[in-house]
Amino acid sequence: MTSYLLRRLMIALPSLLGISLVLFTVLALAPGDPFGDLASNPNVPPEVAAALRAKFGLDDPVWLRYLHWLLAMLHGDWGFSFVSRVDVDRLILQRLPVTLLVIGASQVVALLIALPVGVFAATRPYSLFDQVANTLAFIGFSLPTFFTGILFILFFSIYLHWLPFVFKTDLSATGWRWYWEEFRQAAMPVAVLGLFQGAAWTRFVRSAVLDVVRLDYVTTARAKGLAEPVVVTKHIVRNALIPVVTLVALQMPAVFGGAIITEQIFRVPGIGSLLISSILANDTPVIMAVTFVFACLVILFNLAADVLYGWLDPRIAYR
Amino acid sequence: MCFMAGSTLASPTASAAALAGAAAPPRHLSPGGEAWRRFRRHRLAVAGAAILLLLILVVALGPLVWPVPINDIDFAAQLAGPSWAHPLGTDDLGQDLLARMLYGGRISLAVGLMAMLVAVIAGTIIGAVAGMSRGSIDMALMWLTDLFLSLPALPLLLLLIYLFRDPLKHAVGPQLGVFLLIVVVIGGFRWMPVARLVRAQFLSLREKEFVEAARALGATRWRLVVRHILPNSLGPVIVAATIDVAAAIIAEATLSFLGLGFPPDIPTWGRILFDAKDYLDIAPHWALFAGAAIFLTVLSINYVGDGLRDALDPRKVI
Amino acid sequence: MNEHQLRELLAAVKAGRVTRRAFVRRMVGLGLTAPFAGVLLSHAGVAAEPAAFQYKPKKAGGGGGLKLLYWQAPTLLNPHFAVGTKDQEGSRIFYEPLAGWNADATLEPVLAAEIPDIENGGVSKDGTTVTWKLKQGVKWHDGRPFTADDVVFNWEYAADPATAATTIGSYQDIKVEKVDDFTVRVHFKQPTPLWADPFVGTAGMIIPKHLFEAYKGAKSRDAQTNLKPVGTGPYRFTEFNPGDLVRGKRNPDYHLPNRPFFDTVEMKGGGDAVSAARAVIQTGEYDYAWNLQVEDEILQRFEKDPSAKGRVEIYESGNIEQILLNSTDPWTEVDGERSSIKTKHPLLSDPAVGHALALLVDRAAVQKYIYGRTGIATGNFINNPPKFVSKNTHWEFSVDKANEVLEQAGWKRGADGIRAKDGKRLKFVFQTSINGPRQKNQAIVKQACQKAGIEMELKSVTASVYFSSDVANPDTYTKFYCDIQMYTTTMTTPDPGRFMRQFLSSEVATKANKWQGRNIARWRNADFDAAFNAADGELDPVKRAALFIKMNDLVVNGPAVIPDVYRPRVSGISRQLKTNLSGWDNDVWDLRNWYRET
Repeated sequence: MTSYLLRRLMIALPSLLGISLVLFTVLALAPGDPFGDLASNPNVPPEVAAALRAKFGLDDPVWLRYLHWLLAMLHGDWGFSFVSRVDVDRLILQRLPVTLLVIGASQVVALLIALPVGVFAATRPYSLFDQVANTLAFIGFSLPTFFTGILFILFFSIYLHWLPFVFKTDLSATGWRWYWEEFRQAAMPVAVLGLFQGAAWTRFVRSAVLDVVRLDYVTTARAKGLAEPVVVTKHIVRNALIPVVTLVALQMPAVFGGAIITEQIFRVPGIGSLLISSILANDTPVIMAVTFVFACLVILFNLAADVLYGWLDPRIAYR
Repeated sequence: MCFMAGSTLASPTASAAALAGAAAPPRHLSPGGEAWRRFRRHRLAVAGAAILLLLILVVALGPLVWPVPINDIDFAAQLAGPSWAHPLGTDDLGQDLLARMLYGGRISLAVGLMAMLVAVIAGTIIGAVAGMSRGSIDMALMWLTDLFLSLPALPLLLLLIYLFRDPLKHAVGPQLGVFLLIVVVIGGFRWMPVARLVRAQFLSLREKEFVEAARALGATRWRLVVRHILPNSLGPVIVAATIDVAAAIIAEATLSFLGLGFPPDIPTWGRILFDAKDYLDIAPHWALFAGAAIFLTVLSINYVGDGLRDALDPRKVI
Repeated sequence: MNEHQLRELLAAVKAGRVTRRAFVRRMVGLGLTAPFAGVLLSHAGVAAEPAAFQYKPKKAGGGGGLKLLYWQAPTLLNPHFAVGTKDQEGSRIFYEPLAGWNADATLEPVLAAEIPDIENGGVSKDGTTVTWKLKQGVKWHDGRPFTADDVVFNWEYAADPATAATTIGSYQDIKVEKVDDFTVRVHFKQPTPLWADPFVGTAGMIIPKHLFEAYKGAKSRDAQTNLKPVGTGPYRFTEFNPGDLVRGKRNPDYHLPNRPFFDTVEMKGGGDAVSAARAVIQTGEYDYAWNLQVEDEILQRFEKDPSAKGRVEIYESGNIEQILLNSTDPWTEVDGERSSIKTKHPLLSDPAVGHALALLVDRAAVQKYIYGRTGIATGNFINNPPKFVSKNTHWEFSVDKANEVLEQAGWKRGADGIRAKDGKRLKFVFQTSINGPRQKNQAIVKQACQKAGIEMELKSVTASVYFSSDVANPDTYTKFYCDIQMYTTTMTTPDPGRFMRQFLSSEVATKANKWQGRNIARWRNADFDAAFNAADGELDPVKRAALFIKMNDLVVNGPAVIPDVYRPRVSGISRQLKTNLSGWDNDVWDLRNWYRET
């Protein structure tokens, strides 16, 4: 196992470089001009846009730009946003706490819903609980987040006046009041995302547990006289966790990437909205930086998942 | 014929009486026939299949029965609720929603099902190959998966569409060209989770005793995969498939919102939902029917999937 | 409208029979800009009306927080780098120009002591210099005094191409000299009746010399003050998160007494227009929402609710939604270029087709069912007095007439119901940006066209792509690779001459000039060119206005362009908030005078 791990880690670096090259090329080839707004403004003579392009090296060939970018990254310089004229790492760091808070909390909520409900439903298949849970899960993931978000806003903000729907990063309250206010404003975005994610995960957990619950060793455990909760936790869940671990590992990088639509609806200033606005404005340095971090996280978490498989199911051997 | 103590019945309609009835001398059926028989016994699956077929029929033949044009603008009937003239109501331009739902349903269902198939097939193949092989092939495929996972969807979409939209239009015509592009694009961004799930299942299953037994009996690799391992790893794949249908229908709406999908006057279900979202408190019927349609599609596909899984699982007794 | 009619209209305004606002609105509908209308009025000696807005509070501060909601967030706080209105608005909280444009399109002094004109000697008789007297006793937020040096510096900063300022267009061709500590003189190269461009309004915000001096030219990106503005405005900088939030607190040393009313101001960005309207009108979470591009249907429902906490305010501006017709053929490629001027549009070069299309735009329906109060069918306001109704600018919607026009021109209906002539079918591709009301507008036009036997394929492009000028992208509005397109033309500068350049033969957008030419419709007309050249050298503003109106008539009758609706600006305002909004400047141009009534 350790040799496998070492090999994977050693390969991680070149594979990351490979991914960054592909990313950079895609961005360079994709249509869009960061200074398009300027060029279409009748007041701005074309020399201004041309000067800006030269200043940011946009007229150099792609491989040269990639090398510049790579060298800068190695020095810790993450680039300079065309649009905001600010360092990229500053932009990202400004948005990181909120993203981790809202998106992170929603993933935790999703997991907290999916695991118990999925396991419980699978141990009592086709019971009333199972049917209800399934139906709710279907509703949950067939309705897009832009829809449920608006539904929540209509109900909780406009009709009931319980919760604010515009997210503020600068709450002026202090102490307990601050926590309460933060909870109130984060409740809806976290719920929208968490329920959407949780609905899908519930189905996976249920399916995974159903696969395991019919196996012989479960029957053996029950026959041995072990209490049901023990059977469930020690035997069923651990063995059903492989698909769940896969999914959670796949989803973890998304915590960094934010959730574009939910952030838009609730005006949460997360990395998702930074990404989409940079994409639409063709602000390449920001897009590169965010997607690069994202790629690192993807590689990292998939590697962690692979290692976990080995621990969860000792028969899995990597050679 | 006895059954294993404690094993979970595949379907609520299976009962001891049915089992007793099966104590008759076993008939020899092909695996396919066996699977079909089991499927038929799964009541919810049959219901799901029926609903799906009904949806497809309604959407395919509906416009013949209800010939109201989809873009007949009639401001006098703006945002009207369901009535005899407009069974599902009208939208903010007075266009009949039933006609629009029927027209858009063809596209939504086709996009949803096809994109799901693309994602599932591509993902299963890649995951299976990676799971069965070791070393460099596995690593290479996982690198590819990681690459696709890290790619930002939007710039790539823009690039693909600008590169391929016109050639496709010339090759197969505008409607089909856009359709193909959307299916490939949506499916192309959803195969990765399927691949990882399948690979994980393969890694775990290929060490199990029944596989070893089959190998000892001389099964070729191909037979091992297709006959033994793959049917057992379908659980998460089927769940992913049902989720992918809903996601594909919605992804098409998002693409259209960004100007990259079908033109804005084509009323796919996701698009109708999107157009209706600002009028939820004013005219809820507009969003209600589109949302319900997507929900029904997902529901029926899922029950079909459940039935399929139970039918193919060799550990089933019924 | 010819020169004679124009002079009569001006006389009517002077005599009080027509209001100043109505006159300005009419001029805008004819293709002129509001400031130009103001020039006409002051030339005719029409006295500027005193500002109707009254500021009531008796002391500065104590008003609590003011919360503004913009559905596009500023990404920069240096006014000379502003790309789009949102950046200007963010900067305007902290920086001020010498003067701003009020709702009547009259200049109001901000950092200037008074508005220059011919009578007080501020504007020279030959129209080549303007002398501004600056207000004394104004201090920057860091305490240093505001002097003429700062004004001269702004000119040097913006005019330098290495700075890459977006305001360069207003400062490039002038010379600014310091006369004394509180007087500057601006020299224009030629007589400029529209002198109120540099240092005025959105392009005129003044940044401090002592903080930016070291960052002129190529180093402009490095200035710390780019992110931490120090201005003369009513609020001082507190915090800025690009793309999200701008915050300020009251400036205790503000140069007008008893202002500002609020203790803090916050400008939040992001989201969409509908939820912004909800946040102000339904929940009252915010006090002000900018640019509510929302169907009037929805806005009215919000407002009618008895528990509504806000209302909608609609005010004039110079935006006209227009439909452009392509003079060239977008479907044929010549020398690697589509929509090349070497081609002619097979269908639209027949004027009958263009006239038919103009008859098929149901502006009344567009106004009534889509834009409501926020979109006014152009042509409707020239009703009164009747002798000023120009027959050139009278619009009607008639499917029957369109059918007649096409029949007579030889376009007969084929078996599929679509008209054709000489084997050419009347099929068009109609593109615009993605925007709910615009898509509905397209749907209405499409339906009317179908009834007249014209087939219309609709296309919508995401706004950031449509309005970009990327050379590689086929969907930009400058490339115009389709038959018809629609967008809003804004009057970003006071000079209608710049606006009219859009139809000049020499400005045609081609591959050779990387599609940066202003003439996107690729329309060429010798009469128009002659009128433009005559107007360029014309000193008498009335004669010049008449020439511009003639040019506008030519364009509209070509038709090169079909005006659709005229779009005033829409904002959402909380019930107790008192604002002073102007469609000719930024929303927050007069932020210092906003207060809340209790």
